[in-house]
Amino acid sequence: MSEFFYLIPISLVLGAAGLVVFLWTLRDGQYDDLDGAAERILYEEDAPRPDRPSR
Amino acid sequence: MSCCVPPPAFIEALAGPQRVGPAREEILLASRQVDAGMRQTDLSVPSIHCGACVQAIEKALGTMDGVENVRANLSTRRVAVRWREGGAPPPMFEALARLGYEANLHEDAEDGRDPALGALIRAMAVAAFASMNIMMLSGSVWSGADGPTRDVLHWICAGLTLPTLLYSGRIFYVSAWQALRHGRANMDVPITVGVMLAFALSVYDTLHSGAEVYYDATVSLLFFLLIGRTLDHVMRERARTAVKGLARLAPRGALVEHADGTREYLALREIEPGMTILLAAGERVPVDATVIGGSSDLDRSLVSGESAPVSIGPGARLEAGTLNLTGPLIVRAEAGERDSTLAELMRLVETAEGGRNRYRRLADRVAGYYAPVVHLAALATFLGWVAVNGDLHNATTIAIAVLIITCPCALGLAVPMVQVVAARRLFDAGIMVKDGSALERLAETDCVVFDKTGTLTTGEARLANTGDIAATDLMLAAGLAVHSRHPHSRAIAVAAGKARTATFTDMREVPGAGIEGRFDGARYRLGRAEWALDHNDTSAGTVLSRDGELLARFEISDTLRAGAKAAIDALAAQGLSVEIVSGDAAPNVEAVGERLGIADRAAGVLPGGKSARLAALAAAGRKPLMVGDGLNDAPALTAAHVSMAPGSAADVGRSAADFVFLHADLTAVPQAIAIARQAAWLVRQNLVLSLFYNAVALPVAVAGLVNPFLAAVAMSASSVVVVANALRLGWRAPGRDVNANPVAVEVSP
Repeated sequence: MSEFFYLIPISLVLGAAGLVVFLWTLRDGQYDDLDGAAERILYEEDAPRPDRPSR
Repeated sequence: MSCCVPPPAFIEALAGPQRVGPAREEILLASRQVDAGMRQTDLSVPSIHCGACVQAIEKALGTMDGVENVRANLSTRRVAVRWREGGAPPPMFEALARLGYEANLHEDAEDGRDPALGALIRAMAVAAFASMNIMMLSGSVWSGADGPTRDVLHWICAGLTLPTLLYSGRIFYVSAWQALRHGRANMDVPITVGVMLAFALSVYDTLHSGAEVYYDATVSLLFFLLIGRTLDHVMRERARTAVKGLARLAPRGALVEHADGTREYLALREIEPGMTILLAAGERVPVDATVIGGSSDLDRSLVSGESAPVSIGPGARLEAGTLNLTGPLIVRAEAGERDSTLAELMRLVETAEGGRNRYRRLADRVAGYYAPVVHLAALATFLGWVAVNGDLHNATTIAIAVLIITCPCALGLAVPMVQVVAARRLFDAGIMVKDGSALERLAETDCVVFDKTGTLTTGEARLANTGDIAATDLMLAAGLAVHSRHPHSRAIAVAAGKARTATFTDMREVPGAGIEGRFDGARYRLGRAEWALDHNDTSAGTVLSRDGELLARFEISDTLRAGAKAAIDALAAQGLSVEIVSGDAAPNVEAVGERLGIADRAAGVLPGGKSARLAALAAAGRKPLMVGDGLNDAPALTAAHVSMAPGSAADVGRSAADFVFLHADLTAVPQAIAIARQAAWLVRQNLVLSLFYNAVALPVAVAGLVNPFLAAVAMSASSVVVVANALRLGWRAPGRDVNANPVAVEVSP
C-alpha cells in the first residue's frame, strides 16, 4: 500500500487549491447577491460586474 | 400579478408638488467617496423582488447623467449608485419613483460587508476541507491499515487537525471562555473541553502508535457546529440588512442661516442651540426647536400617535422627528442632537432593553443542564474505570470517548437550523426577524397589543363620504387639493382619481387654514370651515366653498390597514386576546375598535403609559406581543415580551421591534405567530431527537464500547436527522401550512 502514498500529498494539494479558490471567490464578493445572479442569467444584456462593490 | 407596476397612490403623490426623496445636500452627506472624483450612494429599495426589477433599475439609473455605474442587489434589496463628483447628485429618487420603487438612503455607518460572517464562513470552509480529508484518511485506517502505514496516516491527520483547531475552533474557545468568566456554562464549554481533550489524547496515542484516534470526530464536530453557527448568523444579518435604513426619522442635517445671512447645510451633530434653521415644507424637524417665523401644519403622528395634523405658528415648540407639512418655517434650535426628543426616546428604549436581555434562549437553557451532566458523567466514568481495573490510560480514553460522543453536535444544530428555515419562510412572506430568540418568544405569546395610527390603520387619510359629494364639487376640490401636501388634500386628490379638469389661477396655500384659487371668476377655498366660509362656522372638518358659500363637506377618516379585520379574526382563532392602546383621541380609537371588533381599547395613552400597560400585563404573567410603529411606541415595543413593527415605522420603532413586516398587509401578524409556533414545535422535536441520541450513546460510551468509527458515524447521523427534521418546515407550500389560520397567506407586494 505504501507505494500509493504519493497520492496523499496530491489529494491534499488539490483539496487545498479548492479551499483557496473558495476563499478567493468569497473575498471577491461572488456570493454577495446569489438571488440576483440566478435572475441575471435570464436577461440579454450581460454587463460585466462593476469592479467590486464597496470595500 | 406583475411586480413592477407602481401603486396608484404613489403616482398620485408624484403628480402633486411633493419633492421625492431627501434633499440633495442630504444625499451628498450620506454618500461616501470611493475613488478619486467618484462617490457612492447606497439606497435601500425594499420592493425589488425579481430580475425584471433589477434590470429596470439598472437601466434607468445607469443612463442618467453623471452616473458611472449602478448595481442592484436582489438578496439585500439594495442599490449601489456610483456617480461622478462635481455636480449635484443625480436625481436617483425621482427616477426610482417613476419606476414605482420607493427608495431610502441607506445608513452609511458600515460598508455593507459583515466581517463576522466572513470569519465564520472562512472557519467553516477550513473545517470542511480538513474534515473531508481526514475522513478519507480515516477510511483507510478503518478498513484495516495498520503498523507504520497507520502511524503515517495518523500523523498526516494530526497535521491537518492542529491548524483547523487553532483557526476554526477559535470562535468556540472565545465564547466558552467568556461564559466561564461570568460563571455560566454555555454550549461552547463542553465543546471546547471535548475537542481539546480528544485532540490531546489522539496526539498521545499517535506518539505511542495507538490504534484509536479521534481526529476525524474532532474536526467534523467543529464543521457541523460551524454550520449551525453560520446559519444562525446569516439569519440575523439578513433581517438586519433588509430592515436597516428604510426611512430615517431625523434628517442627516438642516439648512442653517448664520447671523451674517449666509446659508449652509450642516450635519445634525454640528447644529447647536440658538442656530436659525430654515425648514422647507415636507422636511422633518431635525432638533427640538421653536418657530420664529412662518406658519404651517405639523404631522406629529410618529411622535405622539395623533392622526390629525396640528396648526402651528410663531412661538410653537417643535419636537425633533415631526414632519412639517404645508409651509416653510424659520425655527430656532432649542437643543442639540443629543438633547432632542428623539435622543430622549432612544434612551428610554435602551433602558427597556436591559429587561429584554433577561430572556434566556432555549438552547442556552438546555446547555445549562447539559454541560454539568456530561462533565459529571465523564468524570464518573473515569473514576469508575480506574476503580474497576486501575488502568489510567484506558479510563482516560473511555472518559474522553464519553465527552466526544455526547458533544452537543446535533444539539448545536437543532435550534438554529429550524430557526433559519422559519426565518426563510418569514422572509418570503415579507417578515424580517431579528434573531432566533424572537422566534421563541413569539411562539409563547398569549395576547396582542396594537397601536392604532400607522399599525391598525395605514396612517394615511382617506375620503370617507365620496358618495355624498357631487362629481363637479369633487373635481373642483381635487383641482385645489393636488397643489397641497396636507394629508386631507392628498386624500381628496386620491379620491377624485384622474378625473380632475379644473385648472385654477391665483393659487395660494394658507398654512394652517387651507388652499384657495380662482376659477371662472369665482374664488374657491378648500380648508377649515372658519376660514373658507363667510358666515361664522367653527365646525371641524374640511369644506369646499365658492365665494364664501358652502359647496361640500369632506369627511376624512383614517384608512384601515389591508387585512386588518382578517388579521384580528385570525388572532382570535389562534386563541390570543387583542387590545388597542393608542395615543390618539378617544373617538378615533372607538371607531377603529368598533370596526375591527376589538373590545379592549385605551385612548390618549402617553408613551410611558404604553410601556406601563405592557409591564402590567407582564406582571400578571401574560406574554404580550406589541405591534406598533411610532416613536411613541418604541419604549412599549422594547418592554413587550416580543414586538412587531410595520416597515413603514419610524426607524426607532423598527430597531426596537423583534419583527418587521414589509408588506402593508396586517395578516403578517397571525402568519408570523403561526410560523413561530410551528418552529417552536419542531425545535422541541429536534431537542428530543438529539437528547434521545445522547441518551442512547451515553451508556454505550460509558461501557467503553465506542470506537472512533462509531463516534464519527453516530455524530454525523444524528446531525443529519436533526437537519432533515428542520427542513420539514420549508417543505409545505405556504398557504396550506399555517395550522388553524383561516387567513389567506398570500401576501400581495
